Amino acid sequence: MSATAILVERPPPRARGWPRRRIVGYALVCLWIAFGLGIVSYLVFAWNAAFFAKYAPAYLQGLGVTLSLVAISMVVGAVMSVPVAYGRMSRNRILSGLAYCYVYFFRGTPLLVQTFLVYYGLGSFRPELQTIGLWDFFKDAFNCGVFAFALNTAAYQAEILRGAIESVPKGQWEGAASLGLHKLQTLRKIILPQALVVALRPYGNELILMVKASAIVAIITVYDLMGNAKLAFANSFDVQAYIWVALVYLVMVELLRHAIEWIERRITIHLKR
Amino acid sequence: MPAQSIWTLLSWGPDGWSDDIAYGVVVTVLLALATLPIGLTIGFFIALGKQSEEPSLRLAANIYTTVFRGLPELVTLFLFFFGVPILLQHLIRYFRPEATIDVNSFIAGMIVLSLIFSSYASEVFLSAFRAIPKGQYEGGYAIGLSYGQTMRLVILPQLLRIAFPGLENCWLSLLKDTSLVSVVGLAETLRNAGVAARVTKHSFLFYGVAALVFLALAVVSSFATSAILRSLGKREAQR
Repeated sequence: MSATAILVERPPPRARGWPRRRIVGYALVCLWIAFGLGIVSYLVFAWNAAFFAKYAPAYLQGLGVTLSLVAISMVVGAVMSVPVAYGRMSRNRILSGLAYCYVYFFRGTPLLVQTFLVYYGLGSFRPELQTIGLWDFFKDAFNCGVFAFALNTAAYQAEILRGAIESVPKGQWEGAASLGLHKLQTLRKIILPQALVVALRPYGNELILMVKASAIVAIITVYDLMGNAKLAFANSFDVQAYIWVALVYLVMVELLRHAIEWIERRITIHLKR
Repeated sequence: MPAQSIWTLLSWGPDGWSDDIAYGVVVTVLLALATLPIGLTIGFFIALGKQSEEPSLRLAANIYTTVFRGLPELVTLFLFFFGVPILLQHLIRYFRPEATIDVNSFIAGMIVLSLIFSSYASEVFLSAFRAIPKGQYEGGYAIGLSYGQTMRLVILPQLLRIAFPGLENCWLSLLKDTSLVSVVGLAETLRNAGVAARVTKHSFLFYGVAALVFLALAVVSSFATSAILRSLGKREAQR
């Protein structure tokens, strides 16, 4: 008995001394520390109370604009993604073809081009838009941003939704049908609870991508977080304008990422063994 | 000035804008192609660091991906485009006080896109590394190959095949991200289309053309990647 106990596989002993990879690793970590200290010391050195007092409220307001832009377009996109996902899964050739083209267009072209197409491009149709009363909506850059972002994220979310629903095995549909549930009930009570567990991670990634992508509305003159940084830089020629905004985005993305991981751990607790 | 028809606007030559946009497309493709090898190389080494047994290497590699995947592409670009010249100026002032630094927007775009591309590609490489069984390394060592040889002759060919679909996605997002470099003044597709739109007042037409160009690039690269995948599969079958 003792022989088997001795033969149990042990983890390999940790390398002692200074192998080459440890030297490289320590050097790289030191480089990062130096980089971090450099940025901190730059921010301390270039600390400008007037700059901070002038632009900190603007940054906060910009943060609010960014968050509301992302929230509105995520929700509108989620609503719009349902018919698109339905079209993608439908057996009707025309419907699925249309949905495929929609998804392909919005995933195949840069979001910046789509935003320009809405903000500058729709200006070409000003008389027509005025007659149907939509010009007041598209006059505002923020609305154009929301419109473009919602269309874009709807395409991505439709694919997420479709993938999640198709990941549920077909037997689940059949089992529900044999119990006498009709389609909508099956979807709501059987399929979606299982699909949403699968979809959580991609939805979270999409949310993070949207937060990051929202910086581009600064180019179409929306004063979001990035827009305010651009304005502050244009007025002061001080690079700390961009460093502060980078820190805010980094913190925001990390918080979101950890929150999503926490939720995922919570809702998949029954799948762990 | 007589009203120009859409076809004159889209023609090739002094009246039309097709030649300008085609020039922009060349710049877009060149930028993406120039970024690809740099990004792939950095991404490979980052993945190597992430799956190393050495904790300090893992930490350094993880900081890299956290930073460059967490920052919006536009912020990274602006930080680099406006921040680095100031940094270099401070450094160079010790040697030659009168020198000025000007960052080329193509080079700046290339570096920033490589940073972003490599941080995404490293995740793809990492999951490919995990898909390769340990026995492959052990087999390599058992027939007397060194670490470098095992990596190059045994692991890398399998790694590339496994990572290929993920890298294709990274390439498509790289193609789309090149449009951001237009913001710092690189005359690529979107910028040239924007100039045409402002001059002719046909915004929808020219931004639509830019969108179609990017769509066409995506279609062409999906054809190319499926051809590469097929030839990879054929070589696999010949063994």
